Amino acid sequence: MNQTKKYPIYLDYSATTPVDPRVAQVMIPWLTEQFGNPASRSHAYGWEAEEAVENARAEVAKLVNCDPKEIVWTSGATESNNLALKGAANFYKGKGRHLITMKTEHKAVLDTMRDLERVGFEVTYLDPEPDGLLDLEKFKAALRPDTSVVSIMFVNNEIGVIQPIAEIGEITRARGIIFHVDAAQATGKVEIDLAKLKVDLMSFSAHKTYGPKGIGALFVRRKPRVRLEAQMHGGGHEKGFRSGTLPTHQIVGMGEAFRIAREEMKAENERIRRLRDRLLAGLQDMEEVYVNGDLEHRVPHNLNVSFNFVEGESLIMGIKELAVSSGSACTSASLEPSYVLRALGRNDELAHSSIRFTLGRFTTEQDVDYAVKLLRERIGKLREMSPLWEMYKDGIDLNSVQWAAH
Amino acid sequence: MAYSNKVIDHYENPRNVGSFGKDEQGVATGMVGAPACGDVMKLQIKVNKDGVIEDAKFKTYGCGSAIASSSLVTEWVKGKTVEEAATIKNTQIAEELALPPVKIHCSILAEDAIKAALADYRKKYGNEAGEGAAQPAQAHQQAAD
Repeated sequence: MNQTKKYPIYLDYSATTPVDPRVAQVMIPWLTEQFGNPASRSHAYGWEAEEAVENARAEVAKLVNCDPKEIVWTSGATESNNLALKGAANFYKGKGRHLITMKTEHKAVLDTMRDLERVGFEVTYLDPEPDGLLDLEKFKAALRPDTSVVSIMFVNNEIGVIQPIAEIGEITRARGIIFHVDAAQATGKVEIDLAKLKVDLMSFSAHKTYGPKGIGALFVRRKPRVRLEAQMHGGGHEKGFRSGTLPTHQIVGMGEAFRIAREEMKAENERIRRLRDRLLAGLQDMEEVYVNGDLEHRVPHNLNVSFNFVEGESLIMGIKELAVSSGSACTSASLEPSYVLRALGRNDELAHSSIRFTLGRFTTEQDVDYAVKLLRERIGKLREMSPLWEMYKDGIDLNSVQWAAH
Repeated sequence: MAYSNKVIDHYENPRNVGSFGKDEQGVATGMVGAPACGDVMKLQIKVNKDGVIEDAKFKTYGCGSAIASSSLVTEWVKGKTVEEAATIKNTQIAEELALPPVKIHCSILAEDAIKAALADYRKKYGNEAGEGAAQPAQAHQQAAD
């Protein structure tokens, strides 16, 4: 292989985003000249670092319309999810030990729930509807008198569907149940108004919104007040919710990234929606192509498609000029088909044949057109090689075949 | 994804992709795997009246390693007698393609595909080894196991 180092076109913005150059710019001084510890109260280094941290906190709060005092810095959405769920479940265990979530949540929620099960909590994992959305009646039916915490993600990382957060919040608030929302994939993509949403805890990440990796935040509502048991103990930073020296440069980066998101998201989402629709239009007229998840209640950035009779991993190998993923980045090394698509009720072939395209700030029309051309060509080639495609073309019902599982 | 150059070569330039005509003489088919597991291999061999595999074709639904494994075995079985073809082992396939541990099952599946094709051959042609009276090959049947 005489491959020169040429990077593929990046269509995996839900895995991570590049740091916006404007964000990188404002971060740099906080690494070198203004390196102070924001907790240092005795000199200018500390004072100005603290001021920068508080300015960033205000920017994060502005994007989601909450009080800056309600923002707690963490290392990212995974930590925020852990702190929210373990912290609330333990604090409120006097009320009950029953928790509710969905099967399509991110592993950072699902694995945290599993851990809580190990220490005596009971968890209900709700199935989504075939379109990926939560059915509110089924949700209500799952609530119990001892339900203490509910965790539902805002935007799904694999299929991009937007859950009915406002409606769920009405239900949980009326019953005094703590409602946590993983919003890692939502910031800058959907409007989040925490003055209206009856959400008690919300997790954020910087690196999904053009900020740096390694920094995130947890919204902890003050009215009505939500209490948590801290998971990280030490110097009592962040009002005791999360000890550890604050990484000023990361925090400044997250603040700037969220400021840009707030100012530009409207125009940006329109542009990205047009690109996504162009991508979809380019693929839709092919045979046996299925969009996974509802298209209406969905962020414009995401297109998750199953190309029937083509296996996802071989397709990704065949389109190495594109950086995409099958399922989420955390599971793309495993041989299991996407658990999210399985939860939607997609059959094995379709779950094995899915590709997630996620577009973003730096995606261009040329990128999309190139992707469409490449996909059509390579899918055609792989289908010519696929015995399942041949059987389909011969009119054989694959469900009638007795496969030998191995 | 750390694919070896040999896997990439077979994936990008697969050998002997296709299917034999439904009525071709001396053709036997092995289909192994399942869509649920993410791999299905169809291997067809065309055996002459001396019991020598004179041609082979494959179609595979699966990852790059599965495609490479089946492409490789079509090359390997060609020119071999049915007895010789039966001695091909998955370890040889895995070694030739430098498959990582998580992809060893692809080589096992390729060995199974050879065995299934040979079993189909014996079933169809018995001891006549493809002499004139043999029945037409079926292009499709259910997955052999």
